[in-house]
Amino acid sequence: MRRSGRTALSVLCGSAVLLTATACGGGEESSAAGGDDNTITWWHNSNNEPGRGFYEQVAADFEAANPGVEVEVEAMAHEDMVDRLAAAFQSGDLPDVYMERGGGELADHVEAGLVTDLSDEVPDTIEKLGGNVSGWQADGQTYALPFSVGVVGFWYNTELFEQAGITEAPETMEDLYAAIEQLKAAGITPLSVGAGDKWPAAHYWYYTALRACGQEVLEDAVTSLDFTDECFVEAGEVLQELLATEPFNPGFLTTPAQEGATSASGLLATDQVAMELAGHWEPGVMQGLTEDGEGLGENTGWFAFPAIEGGAGDPTAQLGGGDAWAVSTGAAEGSVDLVEYLLSDEVQIGFAENDMGLPTNPAATDAVSDPALAQLLEVRDASPYIQLYFDTAFGASIGGAMNDSIALMFADQATPEDIVDATMQAAELEK
Amino acid sequence: MTEVTAAPPATSPGAAVTRGGADAPRVTGRRRSGLRRQRLEILLFVTPALALMAVFVLYPVFSAARMSLYSWQGFGPMDDFVGLANYLRVLRDDVFTDAVMHNFIIVFASIAVQLPLGLALALLLNRRIKGRGLLRTIVFVPYVLAEVIAGVVWFQLLQPRSGILEQALSSVGIPVPEQGFLGTPDLALATVFVVLTWKYLGLAVLLFLAGLQGVPDELHEAAQLDGASWWQVQRRIAVPLLAPTIRTWVFLSMIGSLQLFDMVWILTGGGPANATTTMVTYLISMGTQRSNYGIAGAASVVLFLIGFVMALAYQFLVLRRDTKADA
Repeated sequence: MRRSGRTALSVLCGSAVLLTATACGGGEESSAAGGDDNTITWWHNSNNEPGRGFYEQVAADFEAANPGVEVEVEAMAHEDMVDRLAAAFQSGDLPDVYMERGGGELADHVEAGLVTDLSDEVPDTIEKLGGNVSGWQADGQTYALPFSVGVVGFWYNTELFEQAGITEAPETMEDLYAAIEQLKAAGITPLSVGAGDKWPAAHYWYYTALRACGQEVLEDAVTSLDFTDECFVEAGEVLQELLATEPFNPGFLTTPAQEGATSASGLLATDQVAMELAGHWEPGVMQGLTEDGEGLGENTGWFAFPAIEGGAGDPTAQLGGGDAWAVSTGAAEGSVDLVEYLLSDEVQIGFAENDMGLPTNPAATDAVSDPALAQLLEVRDASPYIQLYFDTAFGASIGGAMNDSIALMFADQATPEDIVDATMQAAELEK
Repeated sequence: MTEVTAAPPATSPGAAVTRGGADAPRVTGRRRSGLRRQRLEILLFVTPALALMAVFVLYPVFSAARMSLYSWQGFGPMDDFVGLANYLRVLRDDVFTDAVMHNFIIVFASIAVQLPLGLALALLLNRRIKGRGLLRTIVFVPYVLAEVIAGVVWFQLLQPRSGILEQALSSVGIPVPEQGFLGTPDLALATVFVVLTWKYLGLAVLLFLAGLQGVPDELHEAAQLDGASWWQVQRRIAVPLLAPTIRTWVFLSMIGSLQLFDMVWILTGGGPANATTTMVTYLISMGTQRSNYGIAGAASVVLFLIGFVMALAYQFLVLRRDTKADA
């Protein structure tokens, strides 16, 4: 559910230098696609309760409803799953049902013939999920069914806002600058950002681009990889304005996103800063980083990324992303049925009741009990469109180059033009 | 091996003459079978090692080299042959050339700082002083700590504002950088180097101490009888006799600095603003993070070549003296 950052595992793998290709990510062999026709292997990353137990039950229920079919569930930590999936993609020995993050990554997998086209298999479910599936489509075909789609916004500490005398959540960039000033005057660090992991910093630019550029320009850019529209430079200029207010925690250039109390999430969870730009995973992450397991508790507040004056983008459009179930090519019989079942009203309602994410099946909307998640769900469903995180949308290679140059801007070492140039250069090499 | 197998026929006639003709074939036969057994034993014991070496060293090297010639994202068939384009990209990438520069800065700074420091400590700890064992242990402990653990500890110590180090420095009135030691691009590499020195000084001291044990006491005594001061004994006797050890340490330090990864990854991840990237962090971020396996492959081959050339050059130019002296 979380976005992955630097992990201990990649450290261990990395120290083997030349071995990266073969030695890392291996893990034990599991019966994979095409191995046994009646056994469906299913990898997921809900390795904590209640998610883990819930999915065990889901698998058992599916087995009971489909005699003769066996579901082999493997729950693992998110980072482990990402590494094992990478190895599985290399060897082509994939689990039958697995998670896809959509965008360019999925498009590459589709091109390599690793994913099953679900368009004609489960048309009803696709229709039910509506606009949520757009991030998992390529050439009009749907290759995975999103089970949780969240949006990114500012999580804030309501108590610190009160202390600083801020009564209303910022709606424009001017409001945000004013809030930053007020917080600073009250001796509170306004924002934390895990620029050490780069993508949290990049989210700022994604959002200024989303606010500066119209929907058509963005949709066009994602497919044509052409970023010559002026609005992309404007996005950088707005970001520079924000950076000029020096709102971030000291040492933010090497701050990790989510690991430990000194990470960006940790600083917000422990009242060290007032706000952080993050996705729907944030309450869960903060709960894991505080001793009482509460995170910010009832002081948790959320507001959407502010509007930019004169920006062509819709201020209610949101940046987001999520996870979807995909079926690998040549998967065991019944795998598609399992995915369909995972998106059924029944399973999605259970998923929502356990606060495992933001369900995509409208039938489950009312079942979300966590107030913060319920609020996000409202924002998500009210937004005209959800822009998939650019790095996911463009794929690791272009997205990585983009994130690198945005992180350089945070260090005052890149201009708005540099970000556009770096992205287009990386895109050029992909063509 | 071939020489060994060639030997028996040459010696067996001698044996045949002394023991009589009838015995001769049997003796050679026995010897042959003994040799075969010996060869079989060698094969038995060496094969697992060779197999592991082939699977975990040779194959990855070969596969990295092959990967470097393709544009490959880590899955699907590797069929987009691009020749040397990846190498061009790597060598033209400022981030990579900076990374090479950082590696060399660490190589030379390590030698310039850790060598005199390590030597001084070793000479000091070689004297009969109170608590010598304890002091030796203290110096050596950082080296025994796992690199990742040491990295995490230092990462926390170096936290801006809340870290112990900054608090200690500020409390005695020493100004600390606004963005912390690791968060300031101009200071980050130096900070990483300080941590590396803390971590690896113990190895230098240990090696030098071991080398000093090989300096015969008689030489010390003779020098002292001749009226040499402690300093003179160290400068004229201990250090020159320690030279082979020093040369070996320099070699180890050099290779270690070229392959530097773990500590940097934990402390800064190559940041801020690429100020601490090394060749290995570059290839990891290109490969496993960005799925540009071709570029990562090319970077790893360049790293391999740089390491290989430097190792060979060092062997020929510096270490040859030691190996020659032994022979």
